[in-house]
Amino acid sequence: MRFPLPNPSAIFTLLLCIGLAIAGIWVGDNVNLLPIDASTNAPVYDELFRVLFIIGIILFVGIVGLVVYSLVRFRRRPGELGDGIFIEGNLPLEILWTAVPAIVVLFVGIYSYDIYDRMGGMQPLQFNGHDHHLMVSEERIFGGIGTGAVEASMDQLNAPLPIEVTAMQFAFLFHYPKGDILSGELHVPTGQPVMMRMESKDVIHAFWVPEFRLKQDIIPGQPTILNFTPTKPGRYPIICAELCGPYHGGMRSTVVVEDPDQFQEWFGKNAKETSLEA
Amino acid sequence: MTISIPPTSKQPQESIQPRGWLRYFSFSLDHKVIGLQYLVCGFIFYLVGGALAGAIRIELASPISDFMPRDVYNQVLTLHGTIMIFLWIVPVVNGAFGNYLIPFYVGARDMAFPRLNAVAFWLIPPAGLMLISSYFITGSAQSGWTAYPPLSISTPAAGQIIWILSVLLLGGSSIFGGINFIATILKLRRPGLLLMQLPMYCWAMLGTSILVVLSTPVLAGTLILLSFDIVAHTGFFNPVLGGNVIVYQHLFWFYSHPAVYIMVLPAFGLVSEILPVHCRKPLFGYVTMVYSIMAIVGLGLVVWAHHMFTSGTPPWMRLFFTIATSFIAVPTGIKFFNWVATLWGGRISLNSAVLFSCGFIVNFVLGGITGVALAQVPFDVHVHDTYFVVAHFHYIVYGGSVFVIFSSVYHWYPKFTGRMLNENLGRFHFFLTFVGFNLCFAPQHWLGLNGMPRRVAEYDPQFTFVNQLSSVGALLMALSTLPFLFNIINSILRGKVSGDNPWNALTPEWLTSSPPPVENWLGDPPLVTEPYGYGITKEPNVEDLTEGDNTGASTK
Ligand code: HEM
Ligand SMILES: [Cu+2]
Ligand SMILES: [Cu+2]
Repeated sequence: MRFPLPNPSAIFTLLLCIGLAIAGIWVGDNVNLLPIDASTNAPVYDELFRVLFIIGIILFVGIVGLVVYSLVRFRRRPGELGDGIFIEGNLPLEILWTAVPAIVVLFVGIYSYDIYDRMGGMQPLQFNGHDHHLMVSEERIFGGIGTGAVEASMDQLNAPLPIEVTAMQFAFLFHYPKGDILSGELHVPTGQPVMMRMESKDVIHAFWVPEFRLKQDIIPGQPTILNFTPTKPGRYPIICAELCGPYHGGMRSTVVVEDPDQFQEWFGKNAKETSLEA
Repeated sequence: MTISIPPTSKQPQESIQPRGWLRYFSFSLDHKVIGLQYLVCGFIFYLVGGALAGAIRIELASPISDFMPRDVYNQVLTLHGTIMIFLWIVPVVNGAFGNYLIPFYVGARDMAFPRLNAVAFWLIPPAGLMLISSYFITGSAQSGWTAYPPLSISTPAAGQIIWILSVLLLGGSSIFGGINFIATILKLRRPGLLLMQLPMYCWAMLGTSILVVLSTPVLAGTLILLSFDIVAHTGFFNPVLGGNVIVYQHLFWFYSHPAVYIMVLPAFGLVSEILPVHCRKPLFGYVTMVYSIMAIVGLGLVVWAHHMFTSGTPPWMRLFFTIATSFIAVPTGIKFFNWVATLWGGRISLNSAVLFSCGFIVNFVLGGITGVALAQVPFDVHVHDTYFVVAHFHYIVYGGSVFVIFSSVYHWYPKFTGRMLNENLGRFHFFLTFVGFNLCFAPQHWLGLNGMPRRVAEYDPQFTFVNQLSSVGALLMALSTLPFLFNIINSILRGKVSGDNPWNALTPEWLTSSPPPVENWLGDPPLVTEPYGYGITKEPNVEDLTEGDNTGASTK
């Protein structure tokens, strides 16, 4: 395929492309745009982010480079008259740049499916595992993302922790059915899967913890589920991400991720019953 | 050779049409007058919407809510979004340039339905005034331009109802316009002019109008049901009465995703007209351009739920919409590569029109890349409803459509007025806008990734500095409007006289005087079968009807 125009020699172009690719990968690996990762979900997310970031940087710099290069190289110099070259198209080239985006997009799609699967997105969502019966089966419960660690939860030591979340203008309420605890702050232990069933009392809200890379709307009349497994102790913001009224910006809470013993301590102090098999 | 002359019968009756500047305030049936009415009216609303954006950025220059009360902030936000979409971008990229250019491009003397056309325009000012005045009378809507129930049902009803009424009027205007464009492009073509010879903007408008006609009625129906929920306490979307709030989102996005293409496909078309003229090269890949427009139209109708990935959407639906959305990048990519190939090997005049068009390419590529990323469910669940999305769509709608509008004004101003704009001021306008725009919106990607949700009046203090950066960018954008306004007004009064065809363009709107006569061409409409025939050694293939159908005859 020849491009019948004065352009840099093929080798130079190739080198430029390789250089661009290397630079893109370097930037993707070294520029961090994300907050710390604090759930099993987050490192998987960051992997996807890095790949998309690298592809994005390469495409962006490549295309912008081409535009700027063309503008400089083919600019009309003072006193120059006449037209450019009469080329109306070039089928092989057009096929090439149909195929390249198609392949990139196909790759991105398959890769992100894999990521989604690893996040547990394809697992059927259940609330509270098998032995409890909080889930009403005829309820339409959708959404959320499962967690890769939920399978591990079959083993009793690491049974998932069920939490019922209620959102209202302009607060979150967390209810732990096991100890009948009602709290405005979410306490969760590291390493244990958490299963949240969320419902709104008034308008739509959303539960978002940037450090977990997870978000799920909380919808009136239609409970949603969100599962995650925290990994790093710390206090992270819970942010309402859906416009819910004048104080939407102030609708925040905190998730306190603690070591399991610390969590047990908090749980024991607040629990109304002593059914602490978790 | 017998050729029926394009519809002279549709020619506006001059006797009852006012002349001079007064006709711009009249119920004129002339498509050129209507086009400019759309443009100026849209620009005035743009200034209002821009002032509101300024208010938003002032509020966000500090992390606490201190500049205006919180509910006023939400009203300002809602008005800003609604005005920018329904009163600026949609009417201008469709109504203004569509009305002005399409009859020229198809070789007609007016649109197919001039009276409907005037009605479509005259729906806009009252709708816009109603929307804006609601702020002063009852307080305007405050549930965002998306008006999701139940919030839109529980916020003060008067403002929300006025919002619905004006969006309905604007939607009606848009539908009237769409029908008119389809009819004009398909039925009013000058005899001898084939579809595949039309300038690309016609294809863009055909595609856009199909989207308008298919999807806008769905929005209208949805908003009518919503208004019943508000005033008559029905329960379509009200969960307290057994309604379903998610159904609203599906219906809303069934319109509003196509709406983003309604805002950007015409811009694609305009760029395809502008670049070849100033690069002195044919538009690269005409046929693939046409197919990719149609592919975007088709795919654009089946991607709406990518706005609902966190709305309790089941996994299969998430996957379907991820895949469909990602694939839009393919036809979109083709168009961008074709534009770059149009630049390649040209003799490019680096004037304001080209700079804005190239600015559009740069900005839109970034917006497209973040778009493909957002289409991936696992990526989106983190950044949905955050400033990352705000950045994405401003790169598309401002960096894309608005840049193209400016580019188009620089390109067609001599046609509209017969005078040239000042190029140095134009370039200054470009650089100020480009820098301001990127300074305003690029940092917002980071804000979203790191935890700033959208539509908030207060935020975590750790984001203060980056928000202030963004506000400075907004200030630059606001300032950039001044040289533009000055240029526009100054050039009307004492700009250099441009002559009929200052760019030596080949598309038919330039093959007449500038500004054109009421009947567009004094003689018969020229048959332009090769609107992009730049750089051919033989004379451009512009046939004059009077000279019969022999090839090679030229008007110049
Ligand atoms: C390559 C093509 C594009 C893709 C793949 C894409 C993808 C997306 C996705 C997935 C979202 C939802 C993000 C979220 O809310 O979580 C979104 C939002 C948005 N996009 Fe795009 N987009 C593309 C092009 C466009 C175009 C052409 C426009 C407009 C002219 C546009 C305007 C918008 C707007 C206005 C929103 C935000 C809507 C809102 O929530 O208020 N996008 N885009
Ligand atoms: Cu909220
Ligand atoms: Cu969309």
